Amino acid sequence: MPKLTIDGIAIEVPAGVTVLQACELAGKEIPRFCYHERLSIAGNCRMCLVEMEKSPKPIASCAMPVAEGMAIKTDSPMVKKARHGIVEFLLINHPLDCPICDQGGECDLQDQAMAYGAGLSRYNESKRAVEEKYMGPLVKTEMTRCIHCTRCVRFVTEVAGVEGLGLLGRGEHAEITTYLEQALDSELSGNVIDLCPVGALTAKPYAFVARPWELARTESVDVLDAVGAAICVDARDNEVVRILPRLNEAVNEEWLGDKSRFAVDGLKRQRLDRPYLRGADGRLAAVSWSDAFAAIAKRIKGVKGERIAAIIGDMADAEAMVALKDVMAKLDAPHIDCRQDGAAIDPSLRAGYLFNSTIAGLETADAVLLVASNPRAEAPLVMSRLRKAWLTLDAKLAAIGPVPPGNLPVESLGAGAKTLKDVADGKHPFAKVLSAAKRPALILGQGALRRSDVAAVLGTARRAADSLGLIRDGWNGFNMLHTAAARVGALDLGLVPESGARDLAGILEGASGGALDVVFLLGADEIDMAKLGRAFVVYLGHHGDAGATRADVVLPGAAYTEKNATYVNTEGRVQFARRAVHPPGDAREDWTILRALSDALGRSIDMSSLGDARRRLVAVNPIFDRAGAIVPAPWGDFGTEGKLDPAPFVTAIPDYYLTDPIGRASPTMAECSRIFVHHRASRTGTDG
Amino acid sequence: MSQSHTHTHPHAPFSFTPANRKLAEEIIARYPQGREASAVLPLLDLAQRQCGNWLPQTAIEHVAEVLDLAPIRVLEVASFYTMFNRKPVGRAFVQLCRTTPCWLRGSEELVATYKRITDCGPRATTPDGVFTLLEVECLGACSNAPVVQINDDFYEDLTAESFAEVLEAFKRGEKPKAGSQIGRVSSEPLGRDGE
Repeated sequence: MPKLTIDGIAIEVPAGVTVLQACELAGKEIPRFCYHERLSIAGNCRMCLVEMEKSPKPIASCAMPVAEGMAIKTDSPMVKKARHGIVEFLLINHPLDCPICDQGGECDLQDQAMAYGAGLSRYNESKRAVEEKYMGPLVKTEMTRCIHCTRCVRFVTEVAGVEGLGLLGRGEHAEITTYLEQALDSELSGNVIDLCPVGALTAKPYAFVARPWELARTESVDVLDAVGAAICVDARDNEVVRILPRLNEAVNEEWLGDKSRFAVDGLKRQRLDRPYLRGADGRLAAVSWSDAFAAIAKRIKGVKGERIAAIIGDMADAEAMVALKDVMAKLDAPHIDCRQDGAAIDPSLRAGYLFNSTIAGLETADAVLLVASNPRAEAPLVMSRLRKAWLTLDAKLAAIGPVPPGNLPVESLGAGAKTLKDVADGKHPFAKVLSAAKRPALILGQGALRRSDVAAVLGTARRAADSLGLIRDGWNGFNMLHTAAARVGALDLGLVPESGARDLAGILEGASGGALDVVFLLGADEIDMAKLGRAFVVYLGHHGDAGATRADVVLPGAAYTEKNATYVNTEGRVQFARRAVHPPGDAREDWTILRALSDALGRSIDMSSLGDARRRLVAVNPIFDRAGAIVPAPWGDFGTEGKLDPAPFVTAIPDYYLTDPIGRASPTMAECSRIFVHHRASRTGTDG
Repeated sequence: MSQSHTHTHPHAPFSFTPANRKLAEEIIARYPQGREASAVLPLLDLAQRQCGNWLPQTAIEHVAEVLDLAPIRVLEVASFYTMFNRKPVGRAFVQLCRTTPCWLRGSEELVATYKRITDCGPRATTPDGVFTLLEVECLGACSNAPVVQINDDFYEDLTAESFAEVLEAFKRGEKPKAGSQIGRVSSEPLGRDGE
């Protein structure tokens, strides 16, 4: 390990690190614009100049590897002068429009000009101006502010994996743009906004909304997919104005998918803010909580438990789910299913429904087989890990079923379950690739599970995992990729029908056939509402979507930014969402509604505080006591050998932007869906 | 003009001619396996020659396709190098040096001559499509100043009169003899006695 001195401090650093990293290890702050830990080194902003002994000129520390015996100075007059010069140069063409710039208050250039600049400019000539570039409905550009650090170009190419952005021209005429000003077609495009050290790329939906110092910041987790990315919810007054990613190396690093970042405007629209009751005229009318509960109690009175059912939606929190479980138990109602998409996952073995390699672990996989999964739409952050595995380990990638679009080389092996069987039997050439790999992995998408032959598909996938060595010491490469934030928590709580009870299909059949009288929907909006027949439907949720439209009683709940709630991500990691704002109007946290409902039904559940609810979670499954941790699940047998349906696999998510009631209520997501999914003209003509 | 405006000739789909396609493959074969993208510069040059000294968007996309690159990567290269023209130019693409040695030896007169003969200024193409003028910095032939590059050739030791003759010849569709216009061999001294 090379030894060097930094400002007179002797330090030993790992070989191969750069001078900038060594300075950071020595506790010295080096200003920078183009350097970013997770991107390749560009060395073009020159802000990180330091003095190196025996070098006549200052060196760019971000691009200089350390060598034995180096003597670096980071606070010498030469360094100070160099920084003054760089800031002065950068500001030559940078407009001084901070008062009308959305980056103001959280701008690297602003901060570093203050900290390291000379405070004066000698430049009296004209500044250059650059035309705005269209980059789609999410990224707003003000290219005159650009300092050409190329972080955005490197991110989009290296991490997001789309060759969308480039630096055209040279010198004074250099400009960042997408090819022919097409929209930036990536599910991770919003991250360029965070990466931009100036106000050149800002959030289009957030333009001129708020200043960073006006915002109250709440650390939470995302629930719009099953990854459970760490987020910061920024609120002003009682309104969530933006969502940013928060560092969690194990899950999302520092990135966030566009849906999770930009669906935030859906939190203000189509909200259920009062209880509603369907009157004699067939219309929903606002009523008080007590009237709503009384109506439910009246309808349920005398109804046998076996004529009552519950379906759980994709964004339900664990507290509400365990409360619903207890209410159903008090009603002796056995029919409960958390799989509103009909994906008949076998909940008996935890390892059988988890992303066992972990999300961070996926980037160490050297052969990956995607089965009916398109992570780009189902979990963009998993896709970026897959891309890393390919970039760093040259991982062999193959898909059965749909191939994820993009520039990742994924070999298509076949369309349906028969190919999976061939792989499991070792007949397919890719079986050899998997068994020869050090860390082989299989990603099973929900698309493979929304079929009649689920047990056989699961059994075949399990057999493939066993026969091809996906399970070995310290490594479990069997990964189920969920799309619903609620799903793993619900499976952990056992919210599937006991034998003999009705599953989703059975509930819908019973409701339409008149065998069920009452159906509770806990945020379930993706089912075929027409099949609920004449059943009395109680909808508990936060958006006026399909469920509320069909419901006879609507109970307004809280969205994930409005409650302290527990979620379990696709890896089985227990995480907490925290309340950033209060629910609108009369809406309440979901578990408290269920508790109040149980009182109204005369069958109170034992839950009077959030602590009670969480203790109840731990009592049902001790995993809920291990927040944040990955508890390796023991491997075992699941699934069956059976007849496989020859139908090809389909992906679970046809439209990344519109998967849930929040996204469907969001104008931004509607615009994204229109442009990116429906491939309409990329220029809207409405952006000026 | 914004850098992102690539000028496309209407109805001009582009692909290499069979001869150029063969040449392109030869060029690509010069680079090590896995480094074929390095052929982007010679291939763009080839495409520019095929298109009449400029690169329409379709040519950039064709080169990208041949090299299995994203179009934006090829456009980055094409826009970086000033010797790639991204707008159509005249049959005679005149690059007139105006750096100090040429200026001292009368490059301003050459600009005036050009204007008189073509009735057109710099960065524009004459209506008949013959001439486009670009004023450039040093072309590296200072000892034979003033110098003008027309397409691939240098015309050196020019005077207003000899430049006018050169331009008139291009106008007639001829290609005048390149090099020194006063018969100087290479950049030998002008007077044999060391004048």
